[in-house]
Amino acid sequence: MKLATELIHGGNPIDPEHGSLSHPIYLSSTFGQKSLDEFGRYDYSRSGNPTREALEEAVARLEKGTVGLAFASGMAAIASTFMIFAPGDHLVVCEDVYGGTFRVLSTLFKGWGLETSFVDATDSNAIAAAVTPKTRAIYLETPSNPLIKITDLAAAAALAREKGLLTIVDNTFMTPYLQRPLELGCDIVLHSGTKFLNGHSDVLCGFAVARDPELGRRLKFVQNAFGAVLGPQDCWLVLRGLKTLKVRLEESQRNAGRVVAWLKEQKQVAKVYYPGLPEHPGYEIHRAQADGPGAVLSFELTSYGATKRLSEGVTLAAFAVSLGGVESILSYPAKMSHAAMPPAEREARGIKDTLVRLSVGLEDADDLIADFDRALNV
Amino acid sequence: MNISTQAAQIGLDRETRTGAVTVPIYQTATFRHPGLGQSTGYDYSRSGNPTRQALEEGIALLDGGCRGFAYSSGMAAITSLLFLFKQGDHLIVTEDLYGGSYRLFEKIFQQFGLSFSYVDTSDVDAVEGALEPNTKAVFAESLTNPLLKVADVKGLAGLCRRHDLLCIVDNTFLTPYLLRPLDLGADVVVYSGSKYLAGHNDTVCGLVTVKDPQLAERVYFHQNGAGAVLGPQDSWLTIRGIKTLTIRMDRQQDNAAAIAAFLVDHPQVGKIYYPGLADHPGHELMKAQCKGFGAMIAFEVTEPGLIDRLLLKTRLISFAESLGGVESLITFPRVQTHADIEPETLKRLGINNLLLRLSVGIEDKDDLIADLAQAFA
Repeated sequence: MKLATELIHGGNPIDPEHGSLSHPIYLSSTFGQKSLDEFGRYDYSRSGNPTREALEEAVARLEKGTVGLAFASGMAAIASTFMIFAPGDHLVVCEDVYGGTFRVLSTLFKGWGLETSFVDATDSNAIAAAVTPKTRAIYLETPSNPLIKITDLAAAAALAREKGLLTIVDNTFMTPYLQRPLELGCDIVLHSGTKFLNGHSDVLCGFAVARDPELGRRLKFVQNAFGAVLGPQDCWLVLRGLKTLKVRLEESQRNAGRVVAWLKEQKQVAKVYYPGLPEHPGYEIHRAQADGPGAVLSFELTSYGATKRLSEGVTLAAFAVSLGGVESILSYPAKMSHAAMPPAEREARGIKDTLVRLSVGLEDADDLIADFDRALNV
Repeated sequence: MNISTQAAQIGLDRETRTGAVTVPIYQTATFRHPGLGQSTGYDYSRSGNPTRQALEEGIALLDGGCRGFAYSSGMAAITSLLFLFKQGDHLIVTEDLYGGSYRLFEKIFQQFGLSFSYVDTSDVDAVEGALEPNTKAVFAESLTNPLLKVADVKGLAGLCRRHDLLCIVDNTFLTPYLLRPLDLGADVVVYSGSKYLAGHNDTVCGLVTVKDPQLAERVYFHQNGAGAVLGPQDSWLTIRGIKTLTIRMDRQQDNAAAIAAFLVDHPQVGKIYYPGLADHPGHELMKAQCKGFGAMIAFEVTEPGLIDRLLLKTRLISFAESLGGVESLITFPRVQTHADIEPETLKRLGINNLLLRLSVGIEDKDDLIADLAQAFA
């Protein structure tokens, strides 16, 4: 089944009892049992809920994994995944990782004895050099947030396999429509489903998808024990959001291309980070491993004044955190997505105070460009 | 102000633009900023959402805490509290603990270097006897699951204060209506809000209240950091549930007392665990410390064959996990809620293959008793 069809029918086996095309919302915390010896498929919604299961199966299929799990937020999915490790274990993580992930690794999990080395993951030698006998996994984002760096996933997965490590990829920016890390040999895919998967800026949710059923079982154990699960109404909203993933992302990507072309012409724009640009250092690798450049880009302004003028002057793109919605969202990584990172760490990673990140939505590209033009050139 | 008033008015006056008496469901992930470096107070719903905040402020008010927190499940609330500790720390916890808490402690946090001693937390001396140099907290269920032992919260809190320990009380079975642990000196209260607070068996959620603002900051850090937050619709449903907490609980307690009296006289019933009975060891303490005896009853039947009958022949009382809702539920703790606990421990505690746990709902008590009677027959 091709993706566009899978998106419409995947999470949606037609309800045999009533014929409902849309999956029912099972707003039940518990489930009645018929036999003492053999419980039914569901007993308590933390352990399993039919609405959540429809969503989990749909996302697992899209990512070509065997087990999919839905969580209360992207961070809940990420924190739950880190809980499969033990004190003394070590992770190699891409250095411009999402600020929230950096925060749990450098505070909570560091306190629990899980060690992390942050490396420039665009350089496979740097990844290999950071691996120690205690390393258990390589954790990647590609494109990374917010500097849109590209990591060669197949190469990283091959290195990991050789050394007996897991490869974990946060695939939030791409979604399975554009990139399927499990097919490239990675082991776990994570998502802030809040972004493109749900796509409407109205639900917080996270996903973990495992390629191997045994690894999936370990993640499911943590999901049930920790209990950071996604509620049934939110699951249903995400199932609804998924149906339009392909059409949304296609349009957003087309708009992003138009906006990038315009930004490159602006004298107040110093640099544009977008993997669809042939001059992007990761252009070839990205083209080989993904089906499109996506709809998230970052750019640097020539001055802080221009950065402030743009952020406060835009009227169509919302000036807010998050990304991947139908609405364009302009954000300011230094004080938003990466505020949890100490300033020195941030500067070292090149996240300047003139850098903005744009998630391009479904508005008409002409309107978006006119709005930016007005804000920048008042 | 009386708790019934506080509960009924959660969320009122929050919406000044329209005057809506219920808090709106802010189904949004993110919030627009007025300018660079400026915020409306809300940035991203994981960090704060107005609907969730109404619930969090509501439960804090009911519990007399400085701040409340809402999570995606009771277990997520407990996990987030355990994030306060570090490798090498030791906690003293209730021995007949909810099986999900036990699993979390033993299978996840033990691996991360926390250690746990399981003691009878209704016995303050036993808790004191379990102290280790690295003990950092006592985690006690105020009314235990499933054996309904009563924790002396004041005694435990005093012990914790003397030894500089955090006193954490799981108050799921009682709710702030029947017991306010923070008033008795506890530091943190945790709830599976899926039970009496939401009260309709339709929402999975967890809640935490904290007395000290500095501790609250640390709890918030992990709520936001690990992100196991409750969604806005579920927050709204929980608020809606809490509005009827006191009247539901009143009815449930009345029903439970009547059912306990029926069970006492029943020839096929052995031991009964219900703190409303004068011979229950926690009866006097509960009378002194709580506003009621709650609506949970555990009881032994006289022979294993009766278990099947009661679970499957009851028509009104559903055989299902969970508790605290308007519908009555019956469970078999040994294989359901407490399946993860070691067999020897279960045996020692008396969680055996004759024990059933009944969560009494708000149906008519005569109908419930008749339902049990026909199942026994």
